[in-house]
Amino acid sequence: MVEVLYFAWVRERIGLPKEKVETTAATVIDLVTELKAREERYEAAFADISALRVALDQELSDFDAPLAGVREVAFFPPMTGG
Amino acid sequence: MRVVVQPDPFDLGAETAAFAAGRTDMGAAVTFTGIVRDSDGRLDRMEIEHYPGMTERAIAKIAEEAQARWSLGDVLVIHRHGTLRPGELIMMVATCSPHRGDAFAAAEFLMDYLKSRAPFWKKELTADGAAWVAAKDEDEDALSRWSR
Repeated sequence: MVEVLYFAWVRERIGLPKEKVETTAATVIDLVTELKAREERYEAAFADISALRVALDQELSDFDAPLAGVREVAFFPPMTGG
Repeated sequence: MRVVVQPDPFDLGAETAAFAAGRTDMGAAVTFTGIVRDSDGRLDRMEIEHYPGMTERAIAKIAEEAQARWSLGDVLVIHRHGTLRPGELIMMVATCSPHRGDAFAAAEFLMDYLKSRAPFWKKELTADGAAWVAAKDEDEDALSRWSR
């Protein structure tokens, strides 16, 4: 079980800020594939992962990173701080 | 080091005056202030979203990196989130060092990294509707000059 968080337009497209996901996905990209298979809104949010960033337990990571031991996964567009 | 992430306005004058006060070994203090810009008179407001928890950690990590690279007496980062109107202050950074070179370089480093490595997202609301601000390639390119 992982907590999955969505921010900015990813949150808007999926329609919720976070959810608990029961998954056996080995990597982030495997989790994305599972989510995309759920519903159209996930497919729309994850259509182009080059436009997305991922954080694992609040540290920036990569889509091929393993999920073993990870409690919190966050998906969001490139950041625009400052 | 002090990192503050808050929705409320901050007092730039008071923060600047208090920063490095009493540090007689510091000969230079640099401050940068980010302001909500309305380029064409159409912006009603900006909404800034962030990732509570990760935001504070990411900024602290960037500030620690700055402290490792330059001789700094102190670092201050204040960044707001929530709804901001044109002209409002979004954020500030302050650095101090014995000589000005380190304080200037560190402030610029902090800003370059805060732009694209601190989890904030800006949405602009105009009469035409709402649009997320897209990250710019040059913001990403700006990081390459700090690689070593």
